[in-house]
Amino acid sequence: MKQVLTGNEAAAIAAKLARVKVVSAYPITPQTAIVEKLAEFVANGELDAEFMKVESEHSAMSACIGAAAVGARAFTATSSQGLMLMSEMLYIAAGLRLPIVMANANRALSAPLNIWCDQQDSMAVRDSGWVQLYCENNQEILDSVLQAYRVAEELMLPVMVCFDGYILSHTAEPVDVPTQEEVDDFLPPYKPPHPLDPARPVTMGPVGVPEYYQEIRYMLQEALLAAKDKIIEVDREYGKKFGRRYGLVESYRSDDAEIILLTLGSLSGTAKDLIDRCRRRGERVGLVRVRTYRPFPREALVKALRHAKAVAVLEKDISLGWTGALFADISCALANVEGAPLLLNFICGLGGRDVSPLQIREALRAAARAVEAGEVRRPVRWLGLREKLVGLRA
Amino acid sequence: MRAAPSIPEEELLAPGHRACAGCGCVLAMRYLLKALGRNIIISMATGCMEVVTTPYPETAWRVPWIHSAFENAAATAAGIAAGLKALGKKGIKSVAIAGDGGTADIGLQALSGAVERGDDVLFCCYDNEAYQNTGIQRSGATPFGAWTTTTPIGRVKRGEDRPKKDVPAIIAAHGAPYVATASVAYPLDFIEKLRKAAAIEGPTYVHVHAPCVPGWRIDTNKTIEVARLAVLTGSWVLYEVEGGQLRVTFKPPKRRPVVDYLKLQGRFRHLVDEEIARIQRMVDEQCRRFGIE
Repeated sequence: MKQVLTGNEAAAIAAKLARVKVVSAYPITPQTAIVEKLAEFVANGELDAEFMKVESEHSAMSACIGAAAVGARAFTATSSQGLMLMSEMLYIAAGLRLPIVMANANRALSAPLNIWCDQQDSMAVRDSGWVQLYCENNQEILDSVLQAYRVAEELMLPVMVCFDGYILSHTAEPVDVPTQEEVDDFLPPYKPPHPLDPARPVTMGPVGVPEYYQEIRYMLQEALLAAKDKIIEVDREYGKKFGRRYGLVESYRSDDAEIILLTLGSLSGTAKDLIDRCRRRGERVGLVRVRTYRPFPREALVKALRHAKAVAVLEKDISLGWTGALFADISCALANVEGAPLLLNFICGLGGRDVSPLQIREALRAAARAVEAGEVRRPVRWLGLREKLVGLRA
Repeated sequence: MRAAPSIPEEELLAPGHRACAGCGCVLAMRYLLKALGRNIIISMATGCMEVVTTPYPETAWRVPWIHSAFENAAATAAGIAAGLKALGKKGIKSVAIAGDGGTADIGLQALSGAVERGDDVLFCCYDNEAYQNTGIQRSGATPFGAWTTTTPIGRVKRGEDRPKKDVPAIIAAHGAPYVATASVAYPLDFIEKLRKAAAIEGPTYVHVHAPCVPGWRIDTNKTIEVARLAVLTGSWVLYEVEGGQLRVTFKPPKRRPVVDYLKLQGRFRHLVDEEIARIQRMVDEQCRRFGIE
């Protein structure tokens, strides 16, 4: 049934449909409405779950770890500073191989304090061992949370479903909400292989001595790499059942494109609109959206991008002291690819700065100039920067 | 006179762990397992007991056990309790265990949260009065005057300059249904308190005083003697707070001077008469509050 839902509502309804058993929640803007909604569901008896009102995000993830370790399906949501506070526990959840699913409404990091959207928060924990999915719209948020539990529980890996704060979290769109029966048919109850249980005592999280630590990390890396196939498999099954598929990456009018925009999240919606306009003028431009950022879909991206002359990477994050995180990753992925396209990085939309079609147009033009010149003179540029404020212009 | 509690012979902490000879904390773990039995799940903070009992692929634990981080034993245990409840699994107690650093300092927030929320968790703090696992650094639970590697004896500063943080009082102030202190030198008292705590549905707290051989600079055969002297001198008071009512569970018949406790420990070796007198006054004041002569 179609409902008009905000991104936060879509995430909360998905968690309810997934029949989560433990919700561990701490408020932070712009995620708060997710846990508020879940609290309502529990209070109304619509969701049979323990709702834990923990005292910090660190404890939110710790409690999810405890709940998942005894075999309860666990859910939490956070943003920004909350994600940073729980970052220690993110690594541990992955290291303990616990299939926790978390929604992250992307928000900028302090300082200065900023509650608006960018993706520096989840990018900062990209190496934590979590699967990271970035959604373009509210329908995809709901679908991704449901898919996430399947991927998580079949591989024993935690999954983070990321979506842009405010732009999606607080914006209402029509969302097709499946019935509980349909979801139950897709997502069976969680059956952990080795739960904490007095009947069969196990030790979880021992000291990983040097003789074993490296192998344990290797196995985590292998599981994460295997998640690429699992995400495709689950997505395919989901598509059959619900008629919507997302894949690891999405290609939009890019098959014959000379210049391709590479994006993450809601920015793709605006960019697709611009691509349509450019196409009408006969420009051979297209877009590729990274939906699965960890594990990094190298093969899919090489396939989607290698024929282009230039790729303009637009992203709402900066690995300070270097480039955008996605740009660094795609540069690495294309490093040994013959005839790889020229790469340009555009940092944009930090701390809620609007990314306009005009700015995206500017990125396409810069890419076209690079193709003409046959080289990239300034690989990293900032879009929409108020140059006077930073002393670049008098 | 009450009957002594029955203590099972069964050892749920396997031998072969890496604890130091004479370790007071590992004794506390053994007693805890004897008191609580098999139907528990332990969430343990980073620290001595975690490190010495679980060098992968070995484990000393014959009960389900998880370690996730340092500051979150209570939060992880709260998640375990919530998970068990959500799954309808009854009769399994969620037990959090942390050292004094993992309780009084870095773990205090998570502990406070779990107690305030009324989570069904028994939290046991094994208190060896410093960060012994990292090599004897002071914690909030280090007593006044003690030498540690971060409270060295120098020309200007002479050991720990602050009194011990009173965590049991902090937890009692939360309105926890049961709070108790214990000592490894009084195992029957400790075991009884643990069983009492475990029988209550809700947050309960047992704080056990446990000497550390290398950290307190004592001989390996003096652990129990030193722990007992802490109680006999009134330096450590055994009590319980049940439904808000405080009851001292053991009153030393005739309080020994505190110097008897201090002189056995290298960490207090530097103390001069004047400093010992000051500690005696602090202990006297503490005993007065507890109604101990």
